[in-house]
Amino acid sequence: MSLDHCRQLAILLIALSVPVSSVSQSTTSPGLGIAVQESALSAIDLIAQANGNGFPPGGGSAREGRTVFIQNCAACHGMSGQGVSASTVLVGGNMQSAESPLRTVGSYWPYASTLFDFIRRAMPADAPKSLSDQEVYQVTAYVLFLNDLIAEDTRIDRERLLAIEMPNADGFVDQSHIH
Amino acid sequence: MSKPVLEQVAGNGLMNRRHLLGLGLTGLGAVAVNSALAADSDMNLQQPAWSRRPGPGPSAYGQPSSHVSHVRRSPSAPDPIYPGGGISRTPLQDLQGSLTPNSLHFERHHAGVPNIDPAAHRLVINGLVRQPLVFDYDSLLRYPMVSRIYFLECSGNSRALLSGGNEDGSAQSLHGLLSAAEWTGIPLSVLLDEAGINSSARWLAAVGADAASMGRSIPIEKALDDVLVALFQNGEPVRPEQGYPMRLFVPGWEGNVSVKWLTQLKLTESPVQFRDETSKYTDTLPDRSSIQFSFPMGVKSVITSPSGQMHLEASGLYQISGLAWSGHGHIRRVEVSADGGSSWAEALLDTAGANKALTRFRIPWQWRGGPATLLSRAIDSAGNIQPDLARVVAERGPVSFYHNNGIQSWGVSSNGEVYNVT
Repeated sequence: MSLDHCRQLAILLIALSVPVSSVSQSTTSPGLGIAVQESALSAIDLIAQANGNGFPPGGGSAREGRTVFIQNCAACHGMSGQGVSASTVLVGGNMQSAESPLRTVGSYWPYASTLFDFIRRAMPADAPKSLSDQEVYQVTAYVLFLNDLIAEDTRIDRERLLAIEMPNADGFVDQSHIH
Repeated sequence: MSKPVLEQVAGNGLMNRRHLLGLGLTGLGAVAVNSALAADSDMNLQQPAWSRRPGPGPSAYGQPSSHVSHVRRSPSAPDPIYPGGGISRTPLQDLQGSLTPNSLHFERHHAGVPNIDPAAHRLVINGLVRQPLVFDYDSLLRYPMVSRIYFLECSGNSRALLSGGNEDGSAQSLHGLLSAAEWTGIPLSVLLDEAGINSSARWLAAVGADAASMGRSIPIEKALDDVLVALFQNGEPVRPEQGYPMRLFVPGWEGNVSVKWLTQLKLTESPVQFRDETSKYTDTLPDRSSIQFSFPMGVKSVITSPSGQMHLEASGLYQISGLAWSGHGHIRRVEVSADGGSSWAEALLDTAGANKALTRFRIPWQWRGGPATLLSRAIDSAGNIQPDLARVVAERGPVSFYHNNGIQSWGVSSNGEVYNVT
């Protein structure tokens, strides 16, 4: 590469606001990753975090989500979330019951954000990622409604979802420090 | 030749492991010679048919002998409400050594095995980095790689023993969500360095390209320690069931953090709180609190031969053999008992010092034809001692079913049947 080319590349990189250091590291590492902007990753990056990062715009209510749920979810989860097997139950359960507790969204899940994240990436099981973001918000609201955690007309969006205190939120002990 | 054949070192016929190193083998030789002399006309000492005509020529991809068609994984039945989901277990009782053939590596899928075109696959690194990067498969093949032998164990392995029952279990059905391979890949730290980790990043979220977009969050310290982006498994490209074209490999930790079909790594301040680190893969204790992010697999061992559903044909000398492993380091010592834990003898370790890998252990055992209860107990390099099953059950209770590293008991009846004792 000629000196002129180097200079041109340097100017280009500065213009694109790409840190030069990520290129200069190629002396010790191949440096074959293609630099991209976060905005180019919106279709690939579906991560919706418990701290609120990654949620798309939009929202929806349980009333709106009822039809979506019946069409896409009820075959496995039942019309009211009662499930068709132990692993598909969405409602009920009590962590303090004398018998082995039924662990559901309402009785066990510590974060409401997980509901949106999981439905958007993995549900319905036979056609994951087929729901629109709005439908995911609506179904999320419907499952929360079935668990008596919100009213039927409460509009669930990012802020509202993060504000929901799940019944078992304090039931977990973080052992991530143990390696 | 007139010396005592074998030195017993613990109750009910356990012999000194040093006999396996060639010491005192006169006894073994004498037994073998006696057996040969005792044999009669059905010894078949003629030239067999396969020595009288040529066999088939070379093949493009080898297959096991048709005579070992019983050595198979045990896939779970398809479930229409869980398409592609399920498990298959490694036939531990049929294998030797300390590596699992790729075709027999256990499986756990949450939405089936995707058929990924490597030319269309991408690995994205984004989030709290100086520069988000996208890698393709061919580019990653140019990176410097390392090869390491590691075990992989599903955190739900051996769960049936926590709830009693399953008395008819085999090593495979009870403990077969365990395998080991030589994984070759790029140290994750190399790729993360290229993207440049922001100082605020504390966790790494890994996501797969399967239909479930399987996701797990991993503390950054571990991600920068010994984690690999693995592209090869026992020398060949990673199998589709194991994540082709690439998987994360997180040594010593519960299996599903080694995300298969790896397509995204996102640096974050805190855990994402994926479904599979909140609703699943958390351990509910007797007080109904639940442990979250219980990552390392505890020190553990299991005797694979003799093991459940086997049958001992006659009394005599056997080699007890099994596997030991720990997510905290290497196996320092394995002890074996043939009398239900009243006395213990130290086993010989084939691959001592194998970090976060399987260690094969062996010890000679003289079965005199009476009842026996065979146990093994592993101790790792961090000093952890494998607990009794009863202690695990008491501490973790009936609700939890992950991370059972309790001692397995195999009963041997006087007619030679080997069975699970719970």
